[in-house]
Amino acid sequence: MSESTVLPETTPLTTATSRWPDRSFRWLAIGAAAMIILLIGLVGWQLSRGAHLAIAAFGPGFLTSSNWDPVTDEYGAWPFIYGTLVSSLLAIVIAVPLGVATALFLTEMAPLKMRQPVVTLIEMLAAVPSVIFGLWGIFMLVPWLRDHLFQWIAHSWLGYLPFFKGPIYGVSMLAGGIVVAIMILPIVTSVSREILRSVPNLQREAAYALGATHWEVIRIAVLSYAGRGIFGAAILGLGRALGETMAVTMVIGNRPEVSASLFAPGYTLASVIANEFTEANSDLYISSLFELGLVLLVVTVLVNAAAQLMLRTLTGQGMGKIK
Amino acid sequence: MTAATDTFEPSRAHQIWRKWKSRGMSVFLGVCAVAVISPLFLVLYFLVSKGASALDWNFFTQLPKPTGEVGGGMANAIVGTLMLLGMAAVVGVPIGVMGGVYLAEYGSDRANYWIRFAADVLNGIPSIVWGVVVWALLVVPFKTFSAYAGGAALGFMMIPLIMRTTEEVLVLVPQSYREAGLALGIARWKIITVIVIKTALKGIVTGILIATARIAGETAPLLFTALGNNFWNHNLSEPIAALPLQIYNYAISPYDDWHRQAWAGALVLMAMILTLNIIVRVISRGHNKSN
Amino acid sequence: MADVVPAKIIVPQATTVGGEPTNSRAMAEETIAFDVKNFSMWYGARQALYDITIRIPAKKVTAIIGPSGCGKSTFIRALNRMHELTPGTRIAGDLRLFGENLYGSNVEPTVVRRRVGMVFQKSNPFPTMSIAENVLVGLRLNGLTQKSFLRQRLEESLRMAALWDEVKDTLGRPGISLSGGQQQRLCIARALAVKPEILLMDEPCSALDPIATAKVEELIHDLRANYTVVIVTHNMQQAARCSDKTAFFYMGKLIEYDETRAIFMNPANPQTEAYVSGRFG
Repeated sequence: MSESTVLPETTPLTTATSRWPDRSFRWLAIGAAAMIILLIGLVGWQLSRGAHLAIAAFGPGFLTSSNWDPVTDEYGAWPFIYGTLVSSLLAIVIAVPLGVATALFLTEMAPLKMRQPVVTLIEMLAAVPSVIFGLWGIFMLVPWLRDHLFQWIAHSWLGYLPFFKGPIYGVSMLAGGIVVAIMILPIVTSVSREILRSVPNLQREAAYALGATHWEVIRIAVLSYAGRGIFGAAILGLGRALGETMAVTMVIGNRPEVSASLFAPGYTLASVIANEFTEANSDLYISSLFELGLVLLVVTVLVNAAAQLMLRTLTGQGMGKIK
Repeated sequence: MTAATDTFEPSRAHQIWRKWKSRGMSVFLGVCAVAVISPLFLVLYFLVSKGASALDWNFFTQLPKPTGEVGGGMANAIVGTLMLLGMAAVVGVPIGVMGGVYLAEYGSDRANYWIRFAADVLNGIPSIVWGVVVWALLVVPFKTFSAYAGGAALGFMMIPLIMRTTEEVLVLVPQSYREAGLALGIARWKIITVIVIKTALKGIVTGILIATARIAGETAPLLFTALGNNFWNHNLSEPIAALPLQIYNYAISPYDDWHRQAWAGALVLMAMILTLNIIVRVISRGHNKSN
Repeated sequence: MADVVPAKIIVPQATTVGGEPTNSRAMAEETIAFDVKNFSMWYGARQALYDITIRIPAKKVTAIIGPSGCGKSTFIRALNRMHELTPGTRIAGDLRLFGENLYGSNVEPTVVRRRVGMVFQKSNPFPTMSIAENVLVGLRLNGLTQKSFLRQRLEESLRMAALWDEVKDTLGRPGISLSGGQQQRLCIARALAVKPEILLMDEPCSALDPIATAKVEELIHDLRANYTVVIVTHNMQQAARCSDKTAFFYMGKLIEYDETRAIFMNPANPQTEAYVSGRFG
């Protein structure tokens, strides 16, 4: 049967057509989707396997010990957990109010023509890679902090607080927090915007009808309604902040000490792995770094999952915009 | 307006206070918006002013000079980044697109919920963790740092991004095209590839470009996979240089000349990323409906 | 069944009430395209078609009319197994295409759909393809690629769809650049290109203006020489103009099926009469 003369109209219904092309295509698609699950499993498995030695050697005390000493082959995670938590929380404290305020500005106040350019600029901010923020941080931000902002803070009434005592190097926990704050601003702002946009106009109208001023409308009708969603946006930002590596490494000072002062250098889970992994010369050293990675993974995944759950129930669907 | 003691009439002063408070808050919100955008301008300004002066023909054509020597360039790092992006695409695009096809064409609601959730989890994994995992997977067994490992790490990071964007655009293709294809007796897989994917192609491509722009600047996953290389890479199972790696190494070094080159490299990297973003916008323009 | 005695005595033709032929002599002269016996369909728990028995003749135009929700679209989609796109559908009964069981265990739905073509309510030419590519896509994707053969089929199909003269110089333009009426004729050409024996049309003119509608109706008239056409329409005048036989569906049941003249001039069933005289639906 030559190709050109096989005319479909006379084919009997029971003609065997190969199901294989359809079947294999479907299996390819299923396989690809399954890869996602596989990859998560792979990550978890590799980290656990690598951390096994350290877990067996140190037990739960690993998480609370501050003794990180490659010379004596003794390792403890606390300074890094502390550093990660503090720098991330700092970032949230700075970024969430600014991000929500900007989101409010965009949804409630800005004239329409101003909105798109501002949104575009924020998206550009999101496109700047971590290492470039780090570069800018080392050469621009840190010297400025060291010579101006930190000096100003130390000499003001804030200098009496334990958070702002001690020598000023520039590289510090606070510098790390600031840089991470800049990096999570775009996602906090965009998620907050979506939350605010989902507040029904009816709420705003009700407040206006009561004679409220613009700000009062925002405060009463919008913010309180959106409160939970904004909390979710903050948690999402936290999830991003926890995983930041390069920019933090470049400005935080990389000293494993636990200090109340924000001027003191710090060290995060991600930074220590980045700095010391290729130089780790004992099995226990590498394994401890793996365990740090495992801690980081678990914390990040839990925080992100919590944020997704919170936001999913509010917007009704998953977060499509992954930045 | 008489202020009787037992009426609700608010005082004049209070009204004025409320009005100015509202105005003040508006200004405050505007200031916050400016504060949020300003780091972008600050960074770009320094990138351009410090980086442009260090850009010269040498930068694009020469290899790095030995430690401490002045001069040289980042030619191998630029090429290395392009190669790594290509390898990442080989891993990330097929799996990401086919995963999106599964979600849009084959998956049940329940399965899709969990797969999307898994993709979100995957997306949230810190990039340094990817570096460690791929090190254990592809560097240790072969006893060498390699471009393969770097490409794989970046590729894995691309998968959830591409999957989500592909699903979004495939779902937008009207069901009537699939029905028309079926009514002609065309096999299902042909309908998906020749009709549905082709209709959604612009969106799929922009999704891939966006994911590429995202991973082009990633450094952490490359630290212990591609490792970096001061020379040309001749074999993909050897270490390879990459722009972000080179920028990082130069930035934390004590040499002024290397700092200068780090700015130049950062400018080139930023230009690459911005170009990708602009291409995305140009492609989307004929395609965007409302926003 | 009728409580009103017709004013005229009709010369018996292949009268059917509820689908069973009462005059077998006339029936024996026509070939039957679709032989449907006791066919029912469920969407999940909800029954959409109840025990349909009908014999649709070949090389004729059969219209299916009825108010919204009566099951006419559901029924026509069962004729090329398109209802299987919706999960949870279930059928019972016998449906044969020229004697072959459409729902047999060895039957491939894709083969069914090559022999039974379909045109939809809203025209849907593929947006990324030109006019020519749209017409030929069914052939190409089924492996027929010889250029001369395709060129011939292209002209043939566009002529049958009364579109050739309008587009013969612009075959490379995108399919969606045509007007609404032309797009629908393009979709008809696309369906005809694979030379199906049957052409199902699900309210093909409802999105078209009167002039475009007239062109499509003319087309339907001409198609009957080579094709069996089953057309669902909510426009009774259209059914009266275009079809040889008409079936009236109501609430998932086949109420009456007869020559079109009989249905419209002299329906046997009072429900049919109420519908065609515009008293409901």
